[in-house]
Amino acid sequence: MNTGINWFRYSSPQAFYPLAGAMAPWFFWAAAVFALIGLYIGFFVAPTDFQQGEAYRIIFIHVPAAWMSMFIYVVMAFWAGVGLAVNTRLSAMMASALAPTGTLMTFIALWSGALWGKPTWGTWWVWDARLTSELILLFLYFGFMALQAAIDDPRRADRAGAVLALVGVVNVPIIYFSVQWWHTLHQGASVSLTKSPSMAASMFAGMLVMALALWLYSIAASLVRVRAIMLERERNADWVKEPGSAPR
Amino acid sequence: MKWASLAEFLAMGGYGLYVWGSYAVTAAAIALEIVLVLARHRAARRAITSRPDR
Repeated sequence: MNTGINWFRYSSPQAFYPLAGAMAPWFFWAAAVFALIGLYIGFFVAPTDFQQGEAYRIIFIHVPAAWMSMFIYVVMAFWAGVGLAVNTRLSAMMASALAPTGTLMTFIALWSGALWGKPTWGTWWVWDARLTSELILLFLYFGFMALQAAIDDPRRADRAGAVLALVGVVNVPIIYFSVQWWHTLHQGASVSLTKSPSMAASMFAGMLVMALALWLYSIAASLVRVRAIMLERERNADWVKEPGSAPR
Repeated sequence: MKWASLAEFLAMGGYGLYVWGSYAVTAAAIALEIVLVLARHRAARRAITSRPDR
């Protein structure tokens, strides 16, 4: 189907650079608005949990961050794989741009999980299947970034990183299904695609809105980072170098 | 209003340290990422615009 839009146009850095720059602030401010709405629902609308009291309110940051940590990894591996398969410059840059934000989300999930575990389980950390596989995800992100940083030639760094990212994808379903496969301390999914959520509607709404906020934020941060990576890597390309084409 | 007072809100039913510890570190980490990513972009831009050949 001919839409009249040349989508491949935006697979080149010189076309995507200004587009990313125009989109990033919108995603950022949309994220800020949704975060405010989500926090309002989480702290002022959602009821107190009958078992955990107010401690459960960590859920509004913990679950969305955990979702994003896995989702960003899959998107990162997807772009790394596309870069490996068709050798497009921008795909590999997208993968590199997503890694630090994915690391951040994984850290937030682990940190908030520790602070939730202490009052409810009596411990900051256990070598539970869910916690351990999420920790492995953190190491996969670190490994991806360290591997790319260790290789001087960016094309080779992209390929090596892509292989690591793609092999590491196997960890994502392990995290997701860990609570079903191993009966350990971490509770099962409160939300699934097949059942209605096992929580009050306002709790569920707060979680979804916060997830949306973190998703929009992750896009904004990655767009700014991919712009920086484009300039770093393409500094000798005409679209960057030529006078009058000064990147904004 | 759910909370009778600001103090009650901050206390979070005795879990204030855990709840606010989660949110404060999250906010700080995100703020740090924003600063770092903007600085990285600014540095990349400056490296190009400050070159002698342009």
